[in-house]
Amino acid sequence: MMPDLGKYALWVLSAYGVSIALLASITMLSILQARRTRRALQAMEEGRKPGRRDGARSEAPGTVKEAANG
Amino acid sequence: MSIWEYANPTKFMRVTGVALPWLWALTAVCLTVGLTWGFFFTPDDFRQGSTVKIIYLHVPSALMGINAWLMMLATSLIWLIRRHHVSALAAKAAAPVGATFTLIALATGALWGQPMWGTWWEWDPRLTSFLVLFLFYLGYMALWAAIEDPDTAADLTSVLCLVGSVFAVLSRYALVFWNQGLHQGASLSLDAEENVADVFWYPLLVCIAGFVLLFVALVFLRTRTEIRARRIKALETRARISAA
Repeated sequence: MMPDLGKYALWVLSAYGVSIALLASITMLSILQARRTRRALQAMEEGRKPGRRDGARSEAPGTVKEAANG
Repeated sequence: MSIWEYANPTKFMRVTGVALPWLWALTAVCLTVGLTWGFFFTPDDFRQGSTVKIIYLHVPSALMGINAWLMMLATSLIWLIRRHHVSALAAKAAAPVGATFTLIALATGALWGQPMWGTWWEWDPRLTSFLVLFLFYLGYMALWAAIEDPDTAADLTSVLCLVGSVFAVLSRYALVFWNQGLHQGASLSLDAEENVADVFWYPLLVCIAGFVLLFVALVFLRTRTEIRARRIKALETRARISAA
């Protein structure tokens, strides 16, 4: 299945390795950042402080759900 | 329906929320098909051997490195002229993605250049202008991070974007302007006679489509994150004011 890359195998495989690693990194970072921000906003708009699970009300007037939570 | 409706964060969040799953799916299909086709099922070039397979990464990433900056230029101009916050946030969101594509183009270019030209790097007009474009990306992101007030940051980064556009254009047309250097002419052109052979051309088109879709998907996702982050900041400010 693997094509014969001959004497240039190192260069070709390195190019693919570096590129796929960079593409995967920016994608994963973006997804993780998106999830973290969405959860933080949800917590605020539900009237909780981010990271707390006791349901304590924060002082933020976060009772109005806005589009940014969508 | 006007395009300016999408400057409304509510509308933007709703539309991109629907579009994103489709974009991710299409991106995965195009990248998988294009890269598999290019890597496993295309022949070696008679002069460049198997290094020609680097074209499926180098050309699309270079193309997107330049076009990402041009997209940032358009959204920055919209911010400067019409003051739509979503456009400023879209420019901010696109910068790390564009920088990544530019870095991939530089890295794959070096890995392609070493066996073909006998050097990792040459101060060739096209390579140099591309490196400067990458430095502009870094400066742009640093400027956003350095300024507290978001509107001031958007103003200053928009001006920086206008200046950096010179290098985005130069990195595309350096060869035409100076007609010297190691780098070859354009691999892709609307003139069919200048394109690479069909056996490389078709998988390359699929890879380009995959990179464009990935860029759009990432910019949508990151802009949504920026809109939410802006909302969090607003809620925190409101809380501080009401507590005072």
